[in-house]
Amino acid sequence: MYIMVREIEGSLLRLKFIRDEGRKIAIDTIKEIGAPKTDPSDRVDQFMEYVTIPPESMDPAGVVWKLEHILDIRDDRFKDEIKLMAPAADATNVNNLENTLEAAAALNVIYKVIRHFYILGKKTLSLYIIMQIQMLLPLIMREAEAYASALKAFSHGQPIGDGAGALVAAKLMHGHRKKKIEKDCVVAKVPLDGRTAYVIKAEGPGGNVGKPGEAIKHVIEEYDGKIATVIMIDAALKLEGEKPGAVAEGIGAAIGGPGTEAYKIEESILKYKIPINAVIIKEDIGDAVSPMRKEIFDATEEAVARVNRLIKEKTKEGDAVIIAGIGNTIGVGQ
Amino acid sequence: MELDNEMSKVGQAGARRFSSIVLIVIIVVLALSLTALYQAWEAIQAGDLTGGYYLLIGFVGLALSTYMLLQTRRRIKRFTLETPPITTIIVCPKCEFKNVRNFERGDYILKDLGTCSKCEGTMMITAIYREVPEKRKEEKLYP
Repeated sequence: MYIMVREIEGSLLRLKFIRDEGRKIAIDTIKEIGAPKTDPSDRVDQFMEYVTIPPESMDPAGVVWKLEHILDIRDDRFKDEIKLMAPAADATNVNNLENTLEAAAALNVIYKVIRHFYILGKKTLSLYIIMQIQMLLPLIMREAEAYASALKAFSHGQPIGDGAGALVAAKLMHGHRKKKIEKDCVVAKVPLDGRTAYVIKAEGPGGNVGKPGEAIKHVIEEYDGKIATVIMIDAALKLEGEKPGAVAEGIGAAIGGPGTEAYKIEESILKYKIPINAVIIKEDIGDAVSPMRKEIFDATEEAVARVNRLIKEKTKEGDAVIIAGIGNTIGVGQ
Repeated sequence: MELDNEMSKVGQAGARRFSSIVLIVIIVVLALSLTALYQAWEAIQAGDLTGGYYLLIGFVGLALSTYMLLQTRRRIKRFTLETPPITTIIVCPKCEFKNVRNFERGDYILKDLGTCSKCEGTMMITAIYREVPEKRKEEKLYP
């Protein structure tokens, strides 16, 4: 038990170091791009302690919309806070700062949870409390280190691994006229092998995931459900042993997050019985939130080729298709 | 916040205590190992068979203390956050002139960067990525 407590203590110190570094990076970035009139440290500390209370799900009917509403309020509140902290920041930088502060807040939560179990274990001298936290530590440390890399990427506005899907969409829509659609998304009408592709992605280059579910629903409704297929491209977690940047295909709504967007997509395609295809780019949690690896960047070319092949195989000339690149579009334009 | 400060003190004190305890243990083990080796040398010189045991204890102790010393050094060295180098690739789509440089704040993929120095085309950022050195060890872990 003594050895386990010592091990947790060592990791806790490292977590504290990472958390403090994260806070420092966030404050420095706000000072650098936000030109605040007062010291933002206190506000950053308050931000790191924000909590989001999920809606009650005892009666699950309508919980998706309740959750979406809570998340929208949270997003608006975060943006307002950032505008107060960094008045000189433009829209792109506000998004990047929001992501930076969210990563710093995540590190704070990880540190506090581990500290809670460490103190609780020592107070109660419970072997089981100490053991369970010690056994999970390697995975927790990995996640914390991933967030630390994310923080640096967000503060500099560098593209991250999670943005692979958005990058595929950006490559497909580049050079075509874009239209703003729903919340923080853009759509472009792209001719592809005699078909019309409506390519959707979150609006970059600021750190933003948008509401692709809402955007897909909007396009489907706009064309009365006359869509031959929906193709979604997203980054997905790989298993150990798989190569980062491996591309795979499948069926279903390839989108992560709290589930509200996946729900909207599934509802829309069900209404009009539209087939849905997925192209995923595999990466681990560290790569997903760190600056984009070359292997993942290279994989986006293969994903573009797969999308083109899927369109040729699954649709016929004259059809309309939706291609949605999912993920955080930080550092990716369109 | 109060608890945070308390933890900070506990943590820092813990880290110091941890290092000093480990260092004391290492020094004691090292001293005992050297003594055992000296005893072994004397016993072997005197033709005593127990010298073999002393020799074994001495070498095991020496190996253990060296290993522990290296471990503590490694622990101190790892306490930093690394910043990987990020590469930005700028290409002129007209003449295919390529420029590779380190990432700068404000860079993003598909950003136009003005007129190409070789032709009248528009330079554009086509890629931003980090290169990870391949781990040969990892390949050996699975077939």
